[in-house]
Amino acid sequence: MDVTRRKLLKLAGLGALGLTAGKYAKVFANDAFTETTLSEIGTGKRWAMVVDVRKCLVKEDCRECINACHITHNVPNIGNTKDEIKWIWKEDFENVFSDQENHYLKENLKDKRIPIFCNHCDNPPCVRVCPTQATWKREEDGIVMMDWHRCIGCRYCIVACPYGSRSFNWQDPRPFIDNINSEFPTRSKGVVEKCTFCEKRLAEGKQPACVEACKEKALVFGNLNDQNSEVRKLLKENFSLRRKPGLGTEPEIYYLV
Amino acid sequence: MYDSGKIIIGIIIFIALFTFPTWYLFTSGEAAPMPDLVYPENEDQKECVYSAEYMRASHMDLLNEWRDIVVREGKRTFTTTAGKKFEMSMTNTCLGCHSNKAQFCDQCHNYLEVNPYCWDCHVDPSQLENQ
Amino acid sequence: MLEHALKGTKKYWAWIFSLSVVIVVGVYFYLKQFHFGLGITGLSRDVSWGFYIAQLTFLVGVAASGVMVVLPYYMHDYKQFGKLTILGEFLAIAAVAMCILFVFVDIGQPIRLMNIILYPSPSSILFWDTVVLSGYMLINIVISHVVLDSERKSIPPPKWIKPVIILSIPWAISIHTVTAFLYAGLAARPFWMTAILAPRFLASAFSSGPALLLVLVFVIKKFTSFDPGKEAVQKLALIITYAMAANIFFILMEFFTAFYSSIPEHIHHFQYLYFGLDGHTTLVPWMWASAILGVTALILLFIPKIRKNENYLFIICVAIFVSIWIDKGLGMVVTGFIPNPLGDVVDYWPTIPEAIISLSIWAIGFFLITVFYKIALSVRKEVMT
Repeated sequence: MDVTRRKLLKLAGLGALGLTAGKYAKVFANDAFTETTLSEIGTGKRWAMVVDVRKCLVKEDCRECINACHITHNVPNIGNTKDEIKWIWKEDFENVFSDQENHYLKENLKDKRIPIFCNHCDNPPCVRVCPTQATWKREEDGIVMMDWHRCIGCRYCIVACPYGSRSFNWQDPRPFIDNINSEFPTRSKGVVEKCTFCEKRLAEGKQPACVEACKEKALVFGNLNDQNSEVRKLLKENFSLRRKPGLGTEPEIYYLV
Repeated sequence: MYDSGKIIIGIIIFIALFTFPTWYLFTSGEAAPMPDLVYPENEDQKECVYSAEYMRASHMDLLNEWRDIVVREGKRTFTTTAGKKFEMSMTNTCLGCHSNKAQFCDQCHNYLEVNPYCWDCHVDPSQLENQ
Repeated sequence: MLEHALKGTKKYWAWIFSLSVVIVVGVYFYLKQFHFGLGITGLSRDVSWGFYIAQLTFLVGVAASGVMVVLPYYMHDYKQFGKLTILGEFLAIAAVAMCILFVFVDIGQPIRLMNIILYPSPSSILFWDTVVLSGYMLINIVISHVVLDSERKSIPPPKWIKPVIILSIPWAISIHTVTAFLYAGLAARPFWMTAILAPRFLASAFSSGPALLLVLVFVIKKFTSFDPGKEAVQKLALIITYAMAANIFFILMEFFTAFYSSIPEHIHHFQYLYFGLDGHTTLVPWMWASAILGVTALILLFIPKIRKNENYLFIICVAIFVSIWIDKGLGMVVTGFIPNPLGDVVDYWPTIPEAIISLSIWAIGFFLITVFYKIALSVRKEVMT
C-alpha cells in the first residue's frame, strides 16, 4: 500500500511537469513570433538627443527640463539619495565623462553640472540581462522601453547599466508625488523605471517634455536616420561626446561641449 | 492503509473547514447585497467597444490585450467591429464614459472580492479632482 | 521514509523547535518587507544588490561542492567516500533550496516571479541560472531518493541512476559557472568583469562547501554513532587544502592585474575592500579578518600533524568557512557597486529586518539538512540492525 501511494504522488508530479512543459513550448513559439513581427513593421527611425552643454550652462541652477519630465511622468520626490528616483538629473561634467580624465579641463566645464538621462543605447546591456523582456529596444525607433506590468524587480538591469540611469521603486511612490498627472500612470513598488524618451508624447506628435521645457534650446531631439534632421546637422557641424563609448553600448545622447 | 481511522477523520475535518463559507451562507440564508451599477447616461456613450455581455465577462482580457499592444507594440488605436475608433486607454477611454469608478468598477470587484492591481499605478481622474 | 524525521531525542526536538522559532520570526519580517517594499533593506539606488544576492552566490558554491564527494566515489571508485556521498547530495539540495529563497526575497514583485518562465529570455544569464539551479535540485532529489531507497531495501541501486549521477558532476560545475557569469559579463562593473571569476568561484566553493560538510560531520559524530572513517575525513581535508590554495592564488592574481596595470577603475574596488576609499572603510576590518583567517587556516592545513588532529581540523574548517563567507557573502557583490558608475562611494550595510530574513533562510536550510540527515542516518541504522 505504501508503495502505491508513493507511486501515485510521483505520477501526479510527472503529470504536472508535463503540463508545464507543454505550455512552455507554446510560449516559446509565441515569443519568437512577436519578435519577428516587431522588426518587420520598423519604419527606420532612430531617435536621438543632442545636448548643447554650452547653452545648458548659461543658467547653471536651471531645473526646467527635470521638473517638466518629473511632473509629466509622475516621478516621485522621495527626498533621500538612498531611495530616490530620477529620470533626468545633473552631475559634474568630470563624473559624467570620467573617461575624459584631464587635470586641465576647460574652465567653463570644471565643476559644472550637466543633465544626464537614459542613453537609449543601440546595444543596451540592460535589455540583454532582463530575464522577462520587461525592458527591450523598439526596433522601429530605437527607444529602450519598459513594461512596468511585467518587470519582476530583480534589478539586474540596474546592475548592467554603465550610466546609473535606472531607478528602483523601493516603496510605494504615490505618497511622494505632489501633483499626480492622471494622463500617465504612477508606478507600483518593486519595479524599475527610467526615461522613455517621452514615448507617449512622441506618439501624439509632440516633442519630449524636457526638450519643450528648455528655454535655452539646449536640448535637441530628432531622427538620426534623417539626413536633414536638426540632430544630424548639429552633429555634422560640431564635435560631440558620448558617455563611455569604449564599452560598445552606442549611446544615442550626444553632448556638444 | 495503516492509520486509516485517523486519516479519514482528518479528511472529514478538512472538508468541513474548507467548505465552511458555503454551508454557512446556506444555513444563515443571508447573501451579500447585489452590486448596483451606475451606467453612463449620455446618448453618445451608450455604445461600448464590444457588447455589454462580452465586456461583463471578458473586460479583463481585453484590458490585458490593450495593455500589451500599447506598451509592447506601440499601437494606440482600436477599431470596433462597427468601425468606430477608440484610443486604447483604460483611464482615458474606459473611464471617459464610465466616469464613476466607485459605482461601476469597484461595486462588482468588491462583490466578487477581486483586487485588480490596475489602480496601484493607473489614476482615476475623478478621484483626483475630489482631493 | 519521512517517518524517521518524526522520531527523535529531546535534543533533536529542541533543535528543530529553535530553528522553527527563527523561521517564524523571519516570515514575520518578510511579510513586513512584502507590504512595504525592499526599501526596508539597506539596498539603495547605487547599491542595488546586497546581502540577499551575496548569500545566493555563496550558497550556489556550497551546492556545487557536493561534487567533491560524488566525483571521487563514482568516477574513481574511491570507496571511502561511500558514507559521505548521500550527505553531500542532501547538503546540495538544502543549499539550492536556500538559493531559491534568497532570489525570492530579493525580488521586488515576487508575485510575478513566474514571468522568468513565462517569458523565457535566453540572452539573460539570470534565466539560465534559474534553469541550471532548478535542474540541479531535481537531479539531486532523484539521486538521493533512489540511492537511499535501495539502501533501505538492501538492494543495489538501479542501473539507470549511474548516468544521472555522472550528469550531476558537470551540472554542479555549471551552476557555479553560470552564477559567476551573472557578474563576469557586465561592462558596467569592472570589479566583476574578470575571466577568472568563475574559476575563483569554483575554488572557493570547493573549499568552503566541503569545510561545511566536515563541520556537519563532526557535529553528527558527536551526537550519534555515525562515523565516516578517518581516511575519508583526511581525504576531504586535503581537497579543502588544495581548493583553498587555488582560491588564495586566484585572489592574488586579481590584485596583480588591478594594481600593476594601474587602471583607476580596477584599483578603486580593491582599495575600497582592503584599505578604504574616500574615507569609507565599512568592509576593511571584515576583509582583513577574512584574509588572515584564510591564510592561517591554509598554512595549518599544510602541516600534516595539525591536519590529522580532528579537533584542530574542526576549528580550521570553521575558519575557512567564515573566511570565504566574508569574501563571497559580504564583500564580493557589494563592492561591484562601489564606487558607482559616476564615481561616488555609497556604503551599504544590511538592516536588521534584512539580516533577520537572511538568518531565517539559513535556518530553513539547517532545518532541511537536519531532517535529511536524520532520515539518511536512521535508514542506515535500520539496515545495520
